[in-house]
Amino acid sequence: MMDQIREIVARHSGLAVDVSSLGDTADLYEAGMTSFASVDLMLGLEEAFNVEFPDAMLTRKTFASLKAIADAVSKLTAEAA
Amino acid sequence: MDAQPSFLNQLFDKGFLVPSGVDGLYGRGEAYEEVIAGFDSLITKTVANDAAEKISFPPGMSRVAFEKSGYMKSFPQLAGTVHSFCGVDHDHTELLAQLAAGEEWTGKQEVTDVVLTPAACYPIYPVLAARGNMPKGGVVFDLQSYCFRHEPSQDPARMQLFRIREFVRAGTPEEVVAFREEWLKRGPAMMEAVGLPLHIDLANDPFFGRGGRLMKVGQREQQLKFELLVQIANPAGPTAIMSFNYHQDHFGETWGIHTNDGGVAQTACTGFGMDRIALALLKHHGLDLKAWPKSVSKTLWG
Repeated sequence: MMDQIREIVARHSGLAVDVSSLGDTADLYEAGMTSFASVDLMLGLEEAFNVEFPDAMLTRKTFASLKAIADAVSKLTAEAA
Repeated sequence: MDAQPSFLNQLFDKGFLVPSGVDGLYGRGEAYEEVIAGFDSLITKTVANDAAEKISFPPGMSRVAFEKSGYMKSFPQLAGTVHSFCGVDHDHTELLAQLAAGEEWTGKQEVTDVVLTPAACYPIYPVLAARGNMPKGGVVFDLQSYCFRHEPSQDPARMQLFRIREFVRAGTPEEVVAFREEWLKRGPAMMEAVGLPLHIDLANDPFFGRGGRLMKVGQREQQLKFELLVQIANPAGPTAIMSFNYHQDHFGETWGIHTNDGGVAQTACTGFGMDRIALALLKHHGLDLKAWPKSVSKTLWG
């Protein structure tokens, strides 16, 4: 799943840095992801994993790192299963 | 039936506002304009030593600039675009027949190069970017414009066309943050001087949709927007009459605005909702301007 998330982040986060060089816990906002880009990322993740982030998960923290995203997506796909 | 007419109807009855038949679209009477002018002069006195460049824009701005600003990403529900008839003779005949029959008539209306200005600061960013790197110390603008937001309401403090006077600071992060801090002190002092009971609170813009929810939360978490709130006519709670906004490098990046050393500029703005301030004053001090507290009259009109 992490590879897929990395690929989606690379496509939607608008980061100038190479996402493959980022650690799983690296802060994506510090790496340059804007709020607008995080919205694109959220929509990209929802489409790819066929999930919908509930309001309570729509925070900056949810999208702050590859690991945070993976945790959130795992939670949603587990709930959906 | 309410025993007392609504605040909006009282404003109509006394001629402060003049109804147009459309919620949120009103004429302004002479006494109302006196209140606006009084507060406007208080602002002018307050900023006398700020060396702000004053520019008044019309209530319409370039559509191309509007598109580039990203407004449609955030607030598509509030935008107003200007369309005009772009047909030929026979389209005109058809248009008149449709109008006469009370049918849909806008088929030959096409979008023009103009959109209604959504906030007083929007037209300034391309102007600033076109000037090249800013002088050392950055710049401050003093802007005023009628602005449009499509949100018809019978709350007189939620108009569709309303005036904002806005100060925009562009510079380094330190300069921009200091500007906002200064206004967070000045704003309350000004409102206290005109006898308005207020509080300041963290706020967010009305971003559209589910993505907008993430934007709102992010804006709050980063404390990018504060509002100065006063109870006016909304029973649900107080209304923002001033806002203090820190854009970080959003407009600097979007428009290519640079500081003296070539770095991407940050921006912040402070907006006065001139109509809301006039309404707050009328609500709190009453509809007889001559009976307003002496200290308030003196502050507004000298």
